[in-house]
Amino acid sequence: MTFRKYLVLAGITVFSTVGDSLLARGMKELGGASLHNVSGFLLTVLNPWVAAGIVLLIAFFASYMSALSWADLTYVLPATSLGYVLVAIVARIGFHEQISPTRWLGIAFIAAGVGIVAAAPSVTPTPARLVQPQPASEEAKP
Amino acid sequence: MNEIYAWSAVLVITIAATAGDVLLAYSMKRVGDVGELWKAHGLLAVLGRVLSTPTFFLGVGAMAIAFYSLLFGLSWGNLSLVVPASASLTFIANAIAARFFLHERVCRRRWIAALLVAAGVALMAV
Repeated sequence: MTFRKYLVLAGITVFSTVGDSLLARGMKELGGASLHNVSGFLLTVLNPWVAAGIVLLIAFFASYMSALSWADLTYVLPATSLGYVLVAIVARIGFHEQISPTRWLGIAFIAAGVGIVAAAPSVTPTPARLVQPQPASEEAKP
Repeated sequence: MNEIYAWSAVLVITIAATAGDVLLAYSMKRVGDVGELWKAHGLLAVLGRVLSTPTFFLGVGAMAIAFYSLLFGLSWGNLSLVVPASASLTFIANAIAARFFLHERVCRRRWIAALLVAAGVALMAV
């Protein structure tokens, strides 16, 4: 794992967190969308919050695809789940929201999970079924 | 009634997101290391390689289903249920699916990490 690869993982975390927050805000502004009005529902992308959220989620998608090209899915997913912690920290510091003890426990669990997986090898040694075999990096050796 | 809608949304999101993640991970492993490909042949080669992988579009389709189900789920108002429940279940479903469909070596360390994160996400919603 190079520094640039850790940077891509950080990008996944930040883009998805901020993108989701913007989407949630936009959807709250729009109120309940109805199943009876599919065209109206598809037009939700015209809301500026939703649109900004989608732009960030595209950035997330690009970094996510990049990470999946050189690391296992079961590595990338836990390693990028610090976003949940990020949201809580922003809520605590930025908006002075109270964080309950159960939420702190949840934060500790997530942080522990990220720490455990991020320190381990990031990719399973190349299986024969792959069309484009990747050279196994030294960290992937058992 | 809304509760049934919300849990159906959670179920659809979990299945679609897991299918999408597995298909996209499979596609990108076929494409190969994007960083090295970019360095050697440029961005267009990367895009060309990705866009000529059929499973990539299946994965994007599954992700689109998950995304719109999430929007529906959010619009029913149970934000504190839909997001953590589907996220938490997707972590576990992905660990199982990656083991069987991608033949990833899901060692004990990764299982513990997936379960810790899933539990943590669920706890943060309480």
